Amino acid sequence: MSATPTIAFDAERCDGCGDCMSACASAKSTDGNTAQSRIRIVRDDEAGHWGVALCRQCGDPRCASVCPAAALAKGDDGIVAWDAERCVNCLICTAGCTFGGIAFSADEGHVVKCDQCAGTPQCVTACTRGALRYVTAAKLYNRWGELEDLFVPGLGGCQGCNTELIMRHTLRRVGPNTVLATPPGCIPGMGSVGYNGMLGCKVPVFHPLLTNTASMLTGIRRQHKRKGRNVTALALAGDGGAGDVGFQSLSGAAERGEQILFVCVDNEGYMNTGAQRSGSTTYGAWTATTPIGDSARGKAQDAKNLPLLMMWHGCEYVATASTAFMEDFYAKLEAALEASERGFAYLHLYSPCTSGWRFPSASNIEVARTAVETNFAVLWEYRREQGLTLSRDIDDPLPVTDYLKLLGKFRHLDPAQIAHIERHVAEQAQVLCELAGMQPREGERIVCHPSDSMAVDLDQ
Amino acid sequence: MEQFDYVVLGASHAGLEALRAIRAHDADGSIAVLDREARLPVSPTVLPYVVSGKCAEDRIALRERRWFDAQRVDYRQQAAAAALDTANARLRLADGREIGYGKLLLATGAAPAIPPIEGLSDVRYHVLRTLDDALALRDVASEVAGEAGRAAGRAIVLGAGLVGMHAAENLVRAGARVTVVEMRGQVLPGYFDAAAAARIEAVFRDKGVEVLTGRRVEQVAPRGEGCTLRLDGGEARDADLLLVAAGVRPEVSYLAGSGIAVERGVVVDAFMRTAAPNVWAAGDVVRTPSFFGDGTPAGGILPDAVEQGRTAGMSMAGDPALQPYPGGVSLNTYGFFGHRALSVGRDAPEGTGPEWEVLVRGEEGGDAYLKLVLRDGRLQGIFGVDVLFDPGIMWELILRRVEIGARRDVLLENPQDAARALMSGLWR
Repeated sequence: MSATPTIAFDAERCDGCGDCMSACASAKSTDGNTAQSRIRIVRDDEAGHWGVALCRQCGDPRCASVCPAAALAKGDDGIVAWDAERCVNCLICTAGCTFGGIAFSADEGHVVKCDQCAGTPQCVTACTRGALRYVTAAKLYNRWGELEDLFVPGLGGCQGCNTELIMRHTLRRVGPNTVLATPPGCIPGMGSVGYNGMLGCKVPVFHPLLTNTASMLTGIRRQHKRKGRNVTALALAGDGGAGDVGFQSLSGAAERGEQILFVCVDNEGYMNTGAQRSGSTTYGAWTATTPIGDSARGKAQDAKNLPLLMMWHGCEYVATASTAFMEDFYAKLEAALEASERGFAYLHLYSPCTSGWRFPSASNIEVARTAVETNFAVLWEYRREQGLTLSRDIDDPLPVTDYLKLLGKFRHLDPAQIAHIERHVAEQAQVLCELAGMQPREGERIVCHPSDSMAVDLDQ
Repeated sequence: MEQFDYVVLGASHAGLEALRAIRAHDADGSIAVLDREARLPVSPTVLPYVVSGKCAEDRIALRERRWFDAQRVDYRQQAAAAALDTANARLRLADGREIGYGKLLLATGAAPAIPPIEGLSDVRYHVLRTLDDALALRDVASEVAGEAGRAAGRAIVLGAGLVGMHAAENLVRAGARVTVVEMRGQVLPGYFDAAAAARIEAVFRDKGVEVLTGRRVEQVAPRGEGCTLRLDGGEARDADLLLVAAGVRPEVSYLAGSGIAVERGVVVDAFMRTAAPNVWAAGDVVRTPSFFGDGTPAGGILPDAVEQGRTAGMSMAGDPALQPYPGGVSLNTYGFFGHRALSVGRDAPEGTGPEWEVLVRGEEGGDAYLKLVLRDGRLQGIFGVDVLFDPGIMWELILRRVEIGARRDVLLENPQDAARALMSGLWR
């Protein structure tokens, strides 16, 4: 079964204009009467917001499960389709749906439901308020699903960890023509380099030291190039292997403009070895080495902003991404892969750590999403040609405390510490806003001025 | 002896949904589905439409064989259970073969209940539970309705439940004269409140149906091809066609001696487990507990059978997303003579306290009727005739015990939009 695009509704943006219903009715009904629209915008005066009734094209549609005539079924295109010939008009499907997505139409004389207009939903086209969005992320998942999974079926991550998702999706896209480096950390711990003499993935993989990942990839990439082979040099490293112990080799390779795709999976600490602090650990956070006691109140320093540091190297491409925003992640992975053909590409992924940060294993994606929505983890992208752009609006974030309260590692925070974190988050957001605001003029770069091709190319 | 990780007895709504739930979590376990019928599974709910001719009999299968193949399920027809040995995890089939199971689901459904009426076994009567029943009734109905030049015959329907009322309508449409006899005081008892039932009954009377509520049949005697019924008042009715639609009883004959508790249905816990190890049950075979924890009728509802099947399947496969079954809520969608009646939940009991609230519109002969039943500001039931709303949303509002007191007036005014707006907010 394939995943399905969905029509997403944002109540905050809806003003009840009804244009979507008019568009639907003129596309689908016999007489254009909006009463026949398959999307219904409804007002809840009590709560003071607009709501929607619309078919969600469920993965396991209950309308179909309860249909006694097999008149409803989810097709290969993901749409829950209605078969007029089989339908007996018993309306039991309307008892199976809790979204008001299938309902009897007195004008039509039978139940009607949304079919997403064969991929161009008219309601979405008609919505000028941005309240309706046609979310096609599912198509990406389907496309990714067709790419070969290059890791072994079983990776030994902690329950609820999003790193396996990052690893598999990254390597699927980067593909088999790759040499992979995974320095010490959770990723080899999960089995990327394999166990008992067996490889953990279907591409050449090696296990550098924490300190020399980028150096070793430099040599491998250059040697392959010298032999006339174009392989992708890929690193999947943790924040320690990238930004602390691993930083000198990373910084050197970035500064030289080596053709490497370096992916940092940032779980804000040395989580594989028992949750010790790293340079990426947030101020105030509990770790095994920043304990909570009579005087100690967690980490006493702010986290360094590793992706910004990488941007100032003048890399080809630097971006931050989150597994709560997969479309964005995919687009950035695509761009990074392409940029790594020209020079250094650095992708920084936020990876909430279920065990080390102390939150329920089911909430990883929710934690990741809240980090972004509170501006704790801002999504942005830097291209050497265009400078820095924000990937989503950061003007109206949720309160930082919405994020802090999700995590056990912040449970002890006192008001002064919370205020410190809030101030830091606001400052970082301000910096990014200002960087993004510097629009480059024609033929001029503002953010960084690395001189072109200063990298020493041994082949020339 | 054959051995399967999962054996599902019965291939109707509960069994099929359990199958889906098992496969969703366990891609590899071996599964056998044993269906006592000799044809692809058919929902009892669709049978009235076979009788009416609206459905072609070869276009109603719930699943095709290729679906079972795609699920890698060993689907067998004419495989009826004869006995269950829970101590050794074995099932004996009617043909004498034995099948061992790791986990077993009893989803054998129900069979028509035949009331103890004197002489009933001596006359020819119909029931409506299987496709064979429907085909037989369809053939006889057209005969009774009469060819040109011959007076239409009389059909008598015992029981004014959904099966009986659907059949009565079909018989009227086919041209027969129809009498419906119902023991209780209204049509569709347990499905609709008295006021909604009265409206439905009025439509039937208007179409020439004789509706006798609060009446019993005391005796039945053969009369030519048909029969004569004597009612409790002493009066008699001749019938060319007799349909017994007096409810159903769980199909549990094969459970004798198995140690599985049966009290008006197989007794199960909130995860549809029976008292025996590795044996689950779901659907009409189960004694469904009421969501309200009272004597409100529960069970025999298609969407409920699906919920139970899903719960059982997830429990059998060890799916961590399993939630306990919340209990049955009565839920009906009923179309008759171009009208539509919907009901979800329970009516207010007699002699209720101040925590109950009943709101009605269209009481006096208006076009449409709607009744809301609230307790402590929470929806308990909603009954409508020719008023549209989404039963699935109302069901969810009841299950979630959503506070709706402040919205009672808008709900009464426009239940569809008001409930949709409320639910839309709750989904976010």
